[in-house]
Amino acid sequence: MCSLEKRGSLFVLTLTGDDQHRLNPTLLDAISAALHRVRSEASGASTALITTAYGKFFSNGYDLAWGKSGGPAAATKDRLILMSSKFRSVIRELISLPMPTIAAVTGHASAGGFIFALCHDYILMRKDKGFLYMSELDISLPVPAWFITVLEAKIGSPAARRDVMLRAAKLTAEAAVDRGIIQSAHDSAEETVVAALTLGEKLVSKKWDGQVYGQIRMVMLADLLSTVSSDETGEDPVHVNVVVSRL
Amino acid sequence: MCSLEKRGSLFVLTLTGDGQHRLNPTLLDGISAALCSVKSEASGGPSALITTAQGNFFSNGYDIAWAKSGGPAAATNDRLLLMSSKFRSIIGELISLPMPTIAAVTGHATAAGFIFALCHDYILMRKDKGFLYMSELEISLPVPAYVIAVLRSKIGSPAARRDVMMRAAKLTAEAAVDRGIIQSAHDSAEETVVAAVKFGEELVRRKWDGHVYGQIRMVMLADVLSTLSYDDILEDPGQLEKLESRL
Repeated sequence: MCSLEKRGSLFVLTLTGDDQHRLNPTLLDAISAALHRVRSEASGASTALITTAYGKFFSNGYDLAWGKSGGPAAATKDRLILMSSKFRSVIRELISLPMPTIAAVTGHASAGGFIFALCHDYILMRKDKGFLYMSELDISLPVPAWFITVLEAKIGSPAARRDVMLRAAKLTAEAAVDRGIIQSAHDSAEETVVAALTLGEKLVSKKWDGQVYGQIRMVMLADLLSTVSSDETGEDPVHVNVVVSRL
Repeated sequence: MCSLEKRGSLFVLTLTGDGQHRLNPTLLDGISAALCSVKSEASGGPSALITTAQGNFFSNGYDIAWAKSGGPAAATNDRLLLMSSKFRSIIGELISLPMPTIAAVTGHATAAGFIFALCHDYILMRKDKGFLYMSELEISLPVPAYVIAVLRSKIGSPAARRDVMMRAAKLTAEAAVDRGIIQSAHDSAEETVVAAVKFGEELVRRKWDGHVYGQIRMVMLADVLSTLSYDDILEDPGQLEKLESRL
């Protein structure tokens, strides 16, 4: 479901396979394990993480089909809570990771997938295909407050946040650059990964102390760290019932 | 003082007459009743609200003259607090409204009138006449926290917020587009309303669930919602004395 390799000083985490890389417990556990390995193998040397994916999708968000297929509503609720909990754990890992993080977005990033990309320090994306898209409004799914906190931490313009969240805008890489949401747009998936590696190497050459880097990021994203500890759409009965009924 | 009509799927709330549409209790009650109507009639299907005004003014803010004409200082305080309380209630209604909201600003929007416009999801404005203007600095009136909360949630640039609040800038529609405060500028009042209606219809065609839309907006504007139960200028005896001496 995902692979981790070292290229020079850089770690490259790839969501493998041609599917939608839906954030189900299996993939989330694999990402979590990869991040743990990155942390332990980094051991003081200057490094950076690049996250990318094969196929047409970066990630299409939570595995709602898996969520629904457990049987009765109570089981759906439990599955949604499980995915949310594991995803928030991954986000905490990313925010405390003692090195720069770069998302090389090589396909569609929707809902949770878009949030996952946003939780990296830099986003590079292919411009020839693929959208950034918060789909919840279009599928009538409530949005947890912590998603909004990610948006607030990473998208500075209120109008851009409104377009993303309240207009369900499908943003190409170039539109995302214009709105200050991503760093740069590249001609193809391969170009995007090459550019991400180049940026990674440039950042590594600064020889920053990874622990200090991680600490600074945690202070900057303190608001996010405090909201990521809970998800009212999974834990608050009123919200949960709405979500379950909409699937 | 205000009229509510249905045009196809759209609700159009118009502040009627050639006056300044000062936000006194009568007009505020009229707006509140209209919003209540909109909410109850909205269950029919996807919809949007357009708020606009006749004459040279969108709204020139609170009715300070009415506040002062009540007699002794204590009565002035009561009148100001009444307007503030009703206005804050309307802000809450707008933020929870289960449909997109569009302000078609067809004249000057000053102080609370500017805030009223800002509390809509989208602002379209005429470019040939009219300013957006926070006048408080120039008439020596302190600014309550709920006003600042609205500004912060809608104007992303610290420099733009400073210009609006601490420089009492009078912004034309084009200047406001440049600063990311409004969506678009139009040739005349009529053009602005036509564009607002067209845009409203576009949003309605997305067939969003109004309650999900409202829920997402409430989460995004949670910081504003938390300031609405209290007016820290009018309900603080120390501030109040200073205020009354200014009026």
